[in-house]
Amino acid sequence: MKKQVPLFIVFFIGLLGFLQYFITGPLSKSVYTLLLEWFQGVQGMAIIMAVISLTRRHFTNVRKGKNVFYSLVTLISLYGMMILGIFFGIGKGSIFDKIYEFVMVPLNATTFSLLSFYMASAAYRAFRARSVESALLLLSAFVLMIGLTSFGDVLSESLPYFAQWVLDVPNLAAQRGITLGIALGILATSLKIMLGIERSWLE
Amino acid sequence: MEIGIDIQKLSVLISVIIYTFLLLYFISKARKGEKLFLRKIPGIEAVDEAIGRATEMGRSILYVPGLSTIDDVATIASLNILSRVAKKAGEYETDIIVPNRNPVVYTVAKEVIKQAYTSIGRPDLFKEDSVFYVTDSQFGYAASVCGLMVREKTATNFFMGMFWAESLLLAETGTSTGAIQIAGTDAITQLPFFVTSCDYTLIGEEFYAASAYLSGEPVLVSTIKAQDVMKLIIGFLLILGGFLGLIGKSYILNFIFPK
Repeated sequence: MKKQVPLFIVFFIGLLGFLQYFITGPLSKSVYTLLLEWFQGVQGMAIIMAVISLTRRHFTNVRKGKNVFYSLVTLISLYGMMILGIFFGIGKGSIFDKIYEFVMVPLNATTFSLLSFYMASAAYRAFRARSVESALLLLSAFVLMIGLTSFGDVLSESLPYFAQWVLDVPNLAAQRGITLGIALGILATSLKIMLGIERSWLE
Repeated sequence: MEIGIDIQKLSVLISVIIYTFLLLYFISKARKGEKLFLRKIPGIEAVDEAIGRATEMGRSILYVPGLSTIDDVATIASLNILSRVAKKAGEYETDIIVPNRNPVVYTVAKEVIKQAYTSIGRPDLFKEDSVFYVTDSQFGYAASVCGLMVREKTATNFFMGMFWAESLLLAETGTSTGAIQIAGTDAITQLPFFVTSCDYTLIGEEFYAASAYLSGEPVLVSTIKAQDVMKLIIGFLLILGGFLGLIGKSYILNFIFPK
């Protein structure tokens, strides 16, 4: 029973979602809305458990003296924002909103901008002509980088067209091949779970 | 009440039915004891080696189950792989750290690890703080995991699931700490980043096949075989459709993409 009930629920909900995709009409739409509402409910409950997990982990860190500074920053930020939001509101111009706008958003932007530096270091490693394949990669990357900038147009009128062709034909062909495999993989995984063949989550 | 079948999706429905039959056919073959050949996938073969390396070094394994929600099939595939990885890590008594971005994924990942340790008879290995929630913020999560890799000096990093712009941040930080890294994703735009920064990358279907491949169970392996046969059928249809299209007959194209 301990295994059969969850397997049945998975099969039933999976089948419901599957049929809903193909069936038209208001009933199908209401089933979809209901499933989404249930998911929202589950998500809401899970957030409580997630916050408990975060608190416990960092509280343990502080108690054990491990990465105390980082853990304290996390705990103070988490509960500080919570208190500010509950007692002083989250509307435009509130302290909560200001911290979000002047601390959170710039921090996010800073982390995102680090990407450009990482791209340079990754590109340096990737574009070394060690084999025929990597030489081809280097060549196509070079053509694309030059061709898709205004500099490419100055060098030759046909270079931007060639760069676009590389993107639209060989690149797209490879992408479609991968997409095809992914679609089958998704289908296989869904069926395996629905039919109870893949049950590593239930062992 | 008006109920009908969306005719635009008829080709998808037929493909699913054909595929289900293929799946059941290969499963019955596997159950009869017939051996099925599978080509070697270096990324999957390296999983054992990567876990062994962490054990030898006495360091932890980092497992990132992607940044998507539980309704993403990539996340489910990732959690299946996590189960296999946790079992192997449990056998070697190596710690596994699983930071999560989504609260639902966090709760499921925790249960998956618990179940994996219980199934190998070592429930005592489960540490409550090894699977934890970080934040919902994409770059906040990336910054936290990067910091974790640098501080904990994890020996092996697994990046399995759905990733966006943070993929290179994670993989490059892992490279800088000297960790062996195995990535798997179906995010086509992130694949080049993982290929450049990780030691092994499971591309698309390989990622979905990994769990079955790692389990080695004939029934699960047979599903990969069904996948391959379905690919053959699609390949044949593509060639036939292309040829018919060239001579001005587009029956197949019109059926797959109805106007």
